[in-house]
Order: sequence, then C-alpha cells, then structure tokens
Amino acid sequence: MSLPSRYWREIPQRYRLEAYKCQNCGAVHFPPRLVCSKCQSRKMEKIRLSGRGQIVSFTIIRVPPHQFEDQAPYAVGLAELEEGIKLTAQIVDCPFEELKTGMKVKVEFRKVFQQGESGILCYGYKFVPE
Amino acid sequence: MRDVAVMGVGMTKWGELWEKSLRNIFVETALQALDDAGIDKIDSMHVGSMSSGLFVGQEHIASLLTDYLGVNPIPCSRVETACASGGLALRTGFMEVACGMSDVVLVGGIEKMTDVSGSEATYALGSAADQEYEGYHGITFPGLYALIAKAHMEKYNTTREQLAQVAVKNHSNGSLNPLAQFPFKVTVDKVLNSVMIADPLRILDCSPITDGAAAAILCPVDMVKQKGKPVIKVTGSGHATDSIALAHRDDITWLEATYQAGKKAYGMADKKPQDIDVLEVHDCFTIAEICVLEALGIVEKGKGGEAVEKGLSSLDGKIPVNTSGGLKAKGHPVGATGIAQVIEIVKQLRGEGEKRQVKDARVGMTQNMGGSGGSTLVHIFEKE
Ligand SMILES: [Zn+2]
Repeated sequence: MSLPSRYWREIPQRYRLEAYKCQNCGAVHFPPRLVCSKCQSRKMEKIRLSGRGQIVSFTIIRVPPHQFEDQAPYAVGLAELEEGIKLTAQIVDCPFEELKTGMKVKVEFRKVFQQGESGILCYGYKFVPE
Repeated sequence: MRDVAVMGVGMTKWGELWEKSLRNIFVETALQALDDAGIDKIDSMHVGSMSSGLFVGQEHIASLLTDYLGVNPIPCSRVETACASGGLALRTGFMEVACGMSDVVLVGGIEKMTDVSGSEATYALGSAADQEYEGYHGITFPGLYALIAKAHMEKYNTTREQLAQVAVKNHSNGSLNPLAQFPFKVTVDKVLNSVMIADPLRILDCSPITDGAAAAILCPVDMVKQKGKPVIKVTGSGHATDSIALAHRDDITWLEATYQAGKKAYGMADKKPQDIDVLEVHDCFTIAEICVLEALGIVEKGKGGEAVEKGLSSLDGKIPVNTSGGLKAKGHPVGATGIAQVIEIVKQLRGEGEKRQVKDARVGMTQNMGGSGGSTLVHIFEKE
C-alpha cells in the first residue's frame, strides 16, 4: 500500500483538471509534464481544462482488477476534450446500451474506488453524458 | 560491427507449471540452448523478465539465474520493457556480440505467472500501463486493447469475425506445436461465444497466463561456421518507444513504435515487407496482430482484418504469421515471449518447423511489443 503522498500529489490534476499548456507551441498536456512532447520546450503555463468533450472509444470492463471488483461491470472510455487532448476515465450515469462513440460528455468529480481494507476513498474524474 | 548469428535455441513445454520454480524453468531452458549450440561456456547473459517482483516477489534474478545455471561469475543483466523484455534481451546481447565485447552470449526470457491469483496477475500485468492515469480508473489490459479494437472497427470496418479469425488461425498453428500451452483448434463460433472480458474482446481473443522460459545463444557468424552449424544471422534490429498511455496517441489504432522499430530493422537488414517469408508478431490480443501487420507495412493501414480473412497470414498464405501459435495458443509468459519468437523463426529457417514448416523460408522477422504499444522490438533473421 502506498503512502498518502502518492495520492495527494496528483490532487490538482484529479480534482481540478489542472493541465499544462506549452508556451512555445500551444500543446496542452494532461497530466502536466515538465517538457513538451511536441516541441521539447520547458516553458509551461498552468491551465484548467473545460471538462467538455466527446467519447472516442469505450469498453465495458467485466473482469476488473481487485480494487474495482465491487463495481464491475463498468464502462471505461477515452474522451477527447475541447482542448484537443484525450483522457481515460469511467463513463457513468449512462446505461451500457446507450454508450456510443461521438457522444458528448462532461467530466465530473466522483469517487473512483475504495483502497484496501481500511477503506480509504480515492477520488477523481469520471465522464457523464451531457 | 561483427555479423552475429544464433547458434542454439532452447524452450521447454509452456503452461501452468505448478511443480516448477522460476529458477528451474529457466535453467532447464538455458541448458537446452547450450546443448543445442554444442557449447558449455558463455561469456555473459541478458534475461528479460517483466515483473518477477510482482509475480514471485523476487528481484535481482540476474544473479539468481547465473548462480543456478552454474556460470558465476559471468556478468548478467535482467532487462525490462514490459511484455517486450525478451526482445530487449535479444537486442542487448546482439549489440554486445556485434561490438566485440563478448563472443558467446546467452539471451533469455522468463516469467513465472501462476504463483499468484488471477486478480493479482491482472494487477501485475496492468503495471505496464500508466498506473496513475489508466490503472487508477479501472482499465485493464484487455480493456486498453478493447478501446483499440472498437476504434479500429469503427474507422476501418474491421469485423468481429475478422478478430476471431486471428484466434482461429493461431490456434490452428498452435495445434502443430507440441510446446504450446493450448495446442488445440478453435472455431469462429467458439470465439464469438466465449466469455466477454472487455467488450468487444472475449476470452478467446486474449493470450493466456503462462509459466515459461526461452533461451538462445548468440555468437559471431565465423564461430558458427567453424562448428559447421546452420548459419542463422541476425541482420536487422530495431527498438522504439511511444507514449505509455494509450490516450496520448494521436491515432489509437496506429502502433507508431512498431512502425519505427520496423523501419530501423528493415533499413539495417536492407529488406522490405515483401521480402519476409515468415513472421512472428505480438498477438497479446487478436486486434494486436491486425494493427501490427499494418504498422510493419505487411498490409496497408486498415487492411489488417482483411489479411487474416483472405488467408494472407495463414500457414499456406503469402506471409505466414505466428506459425508457432503466437501468444494466443503458445502462451504468453511475458518476459519470455520475445525470445520464444526468435526460437520459432530459427526453427523455420533451419527447416525444423515440422508440421508447421514454411516452405523455403529464408528471411524471418519478429515483433515484440510492451504494454499497449509503448515499446516495440523488431528483429530480422536470415539463413545464409
Ligand atoms: Zn510545445
């Protein structure tokens, strides 16, 4: 089991969708990275993602890792946000038969899973239909 | 650079080897490779293992393996690039012999996966993805390849049946390989009715959990000639990387690292896709084989599904792919897979392919991939 520092250092990204925008080429990076993967510039500014986008691909996980056993089956998708970047998260509040690529989603703050026997709650973002 | 050849190969039966330990599986295989090469002395070793730490709680296996093979104090490195660790061991050994630092190098791969439960194995394999931004959201490896499959089906009209045909072909080949974990045939119907794992991928689209090892002996070409053994040269080696997270690729159906590694290997060997007689690729999931054939230029972008449907990649097709049964039927002890691919190609080029022999095979290629495509090794082999 990891110490809490591993969890809280990701909070700005997971709770507030903080990303970096390259000041040289304009590429947006989520999660933030120190060097731009498009132009190698190190000049970044902090931005917050709009949280609006559409589903590029999705699947339904029927055989989950152990920390998600109580949630299966659940949908996970890739969504492309307005800023042109993609991220991976669960798609919730949507019956499986209504899932489709191109569907508009917004990113909401939710509980993601419960860690270990002590039941520490791990939060983050999920996609919900718009 | 010196020309490098594969002098010997070793592989034992793969499967759920409850009675055998990691060290003994490796040593049996390594001894077979030494015997096949007809030598008893090696200068160094490189062994690929994805996660001996998570699978058996044992790191530092470089010295565990030299110790139990009885070859201390020779140097040994354990190398890791997820499921492509075996391919990396090959490349590392190849570079060492080519540059003249060593003459005889054993390259191997090992994974002992059945000492942990299924969900722990799923977790260990999942560590090849981005733990903070993929794994954290509950996506699994079948899930990542399912995202690729879904996108490929929508973009190129690849069908569910075409995915199943990859499994059917590879199991058909595997039924002719006595070392395979699952040496039996399956039908399209059987694949389409097997248990759903991550839509649209079913269990018969997935490679299994396997215990196994593989080993090969590399040396300068002149040494093989002196011994009067068949000369199987390593003529091309390519290694490339891509984003660890699938989400960070512009087109999730395109395996850029495979394309880049292939380009390097083709260039070094001065070969084109149409020169390849026999090919082993990383079919960890049925969709992977389809995407790999596209990235290696064997077929055009989007035509990977058609390739299997039209029989291009069958045993009697224009370019037989995964004559060993692939990861699908032969099994996928992750770190060992890259070396097992070499063994199949060497057997084919030597004419030792038995019932699955490809006629007049002179040029072979291997493609070994880590994670959802974040790393890839491609090698080309030629019979002299
Ligand atoms: Zn930039």
